[in-house]
Amino acid sequence: MAKGSVNGAQPAPPRRLSWNDPDVRSIVYQAVALILVVAIGWFLVSNTLHNLSIRNISTGFDFLSRESGFAIGESPIAFGPENTYARAILVGLLNTIRVAVVGIVLATILGTIVGIARLSKNWLIAKLSMIYVEVIRNIPLLLQLFFWYAIITESMPGPRQALNLLPGVFVSNRGVKVPAPTDHFAYDLAAFGFLLAIVLIIFVVRFARKRQDATGQAFPVYRTGIALLLGMPVLGWLIGGAPLELDVPKLQGFNFVGGATLTPEFAALLFGLVLYTAGFIAEVVRSGIQAVSYGQWEAASALGLTRSQTLRLIVLPQSLRVIIPPMTSQYLNLTKNSSLAVAIGYPDIVSVANTTLNQTGQAIEGIMIIMAVYLSISLSISLFMNWYNKHIALVER
Amino acid sequence: MAVPIIELQKVNKWYGEFHVLRNINLNVARGERIVVCGPSGSGKSTMIRCINRLEEHQQGHIIVDGTELTNDIKNIDAIRREVGMVFQHFNLFPHLTVLENLTLGPIWVLKKPKAEAEATAMKYLERVRIPEQAKKYPGQLSGGQQQRVAIARSLCMNPKIMLFDEPTSALDPEMVKEVLDVMVGLAEEGGMTMICVTHEMGFARKVANRVIFMDRGEIIEQNTPEEFFSNPQNERTQLFLSQILH
Repeated sequence: MAKGSVNGAQPAPPRRLSWNDPDVRSIVYQAVALILVVAIGWFLVSNTLHNLSIRNISTGFDFLSRESGFAIGESPIAFGPENTYARAILVGLLNTIRVAVVGIVLATILGTIVGIARLSKNWLIAKLSMIYVEVIRNIPLLLQLFFWYAIITESMPGPRQALNLLPGVFVSNRGVKVPAPTDHFAYDLAAFGFLLAIVLIIFVVRFARKRQDATGQAFPVYRTGIALLLGMPVLGWLIGGAPLELDVPKLQGFNFVGGATLTPEFAALLFGLVLYTAGFIAEVVRSGIQAVSYGQWEAASALGLTRSQTLRLIVLPQSLRVIIPPMTSQYLNLTKNSSLAVAIGYPDIVSVANTTLNQTGQAIEGIMIIMAVYLSISLSISLFMNWYNKHIALVER
Repeated sequence: MAVPIIELQKVNKWYGEFHVLRNINLNVARGERIVVCGPSGSGKSTMIRCINRLEEHQQGHIIVDGTELTNDIKNIDAIRREVGMVFQHFNLFPHLTVLENLTLGPIWVLKKPKAEAEATAMKYLERVRIPEQAKKYPGQLSGGQQQRVAIARSLCMNPKIMLFDEPTSALDPEMVKEVLDVMVGLAEEGGMTMICVTHEMGFARKVANRVIFMDRGEIIEQNTPEEFFSNPQNERTQLFLSQILH
């Protein structure tokens, strides 16, 4: 501590070492807390190592390179029983990330809409949103997951009686089957067109802002964006020769082969997580909007801004400060709640790691992997959201 | 007399059971400067907030520059573009810089190019004598500076009418003068129709063409400032003036 003089020759006020000095107390408390944490940690580690050694259980992560010998229901990358445990865990991780990312995006959109709707002047819309929030957030998530899973698997017909909604689209209790593009060059071009459209949209937004700055005229950004997103892939497909063959799902024996699948497990988990978390996000958004003082609405109205302009330019930017911290919690909740996937058989990280530790007996390592995965995903979300929060913080003084 | 720019005809308004505005009749001529005073709860703020539809009146007619205020959103937007308002608590947008506060309306409502809007904004910041604060955020300014920014923000919309809702009552005493000076400057320039709810009687004497006294939702008395202060007719006016002019 700098006890030196601030004003050159002026002596510092006298200090004595005393229990009544808050600085002394705080150092003592911190030292005691540190000793306790280290002691408990040391006890846990030494106890575990001791127990492992008297039971002759080997420790370490060598098992990861062994052949797994089990299959995984769905995987974004190729996986079979001949692959290693490490790859199995990677599949689980990718499945968790997939449901978490899609879930966070959809829950944010739905939650924001419901939250704004709850403040609507339209009585029916406001009440419907209120009922949605109160029902959804007061029923345990696990129950909701069972509900959606049961709805999909029980009430849908079997593959042989599958609902053929559109040509090539089949809905059954095995999920939704849709035609998938084949390995044709034109489909790669279409995908490239989609990416190009996203890049072009960024340029269009910049151009629109410049044009508004220069002339005051607004540019129809949304319509142009949608046209680009739809048009560019079609253009790529046409350039590639407009092939008409698709990998259409066909009924073979008791199930479909070919095409792409939205599995009942993924659908139920995503549905449940999105609907459940959206209920909480709606309340976060509502409280954020209500935290902005009514005077802001009045000042914007007095300037002649419309309600939607006021919401977009004045209220939402300010409510974000209030919304971001609890919103971060909801994102973390959604990510961690995705571990309930194990209950309906979606192969997320918990489910895969469970199978692994059952087969290998490496319980501590398995649990450590699960913990490390959730910790790193959650910390990444936290870091990003904290950065964003700082980015939009208000400047005062 | 030419056509008044603001006409209130038999305006009535209730908050639940409470009758806030009783049969208000008021004509304001183009370029006229009016000061409204009265005890708190007398409906003065409510009256001027009805003029740009921040509050709805329930009976009677309000006609602003030839357009009647109804539930037609187009009419309301058209009137709000012509009417500027300054609030007791400034209501600046805290997430935008002073300059952005001033250009928001011109850019999004009047569809002006950004450069032009910024030039206008700087002109008005010069006029309220704080051009050097343009890049700061409202939270970094003093109350008096914030209120001057709020006045400049309204002026940037080039309004025909300015409404002031107790613009100095939330300010520290030493900052009241800097805001009043700006308002006096605006009044002396002429041409602007101003309605000002305030208890600054010095300001009223200096710039008002007419002083209106309201009590319990009614206009009790109105007169030129000289007559109003030297020779108040109504008993309630006399009582109010004796309390406020110590």
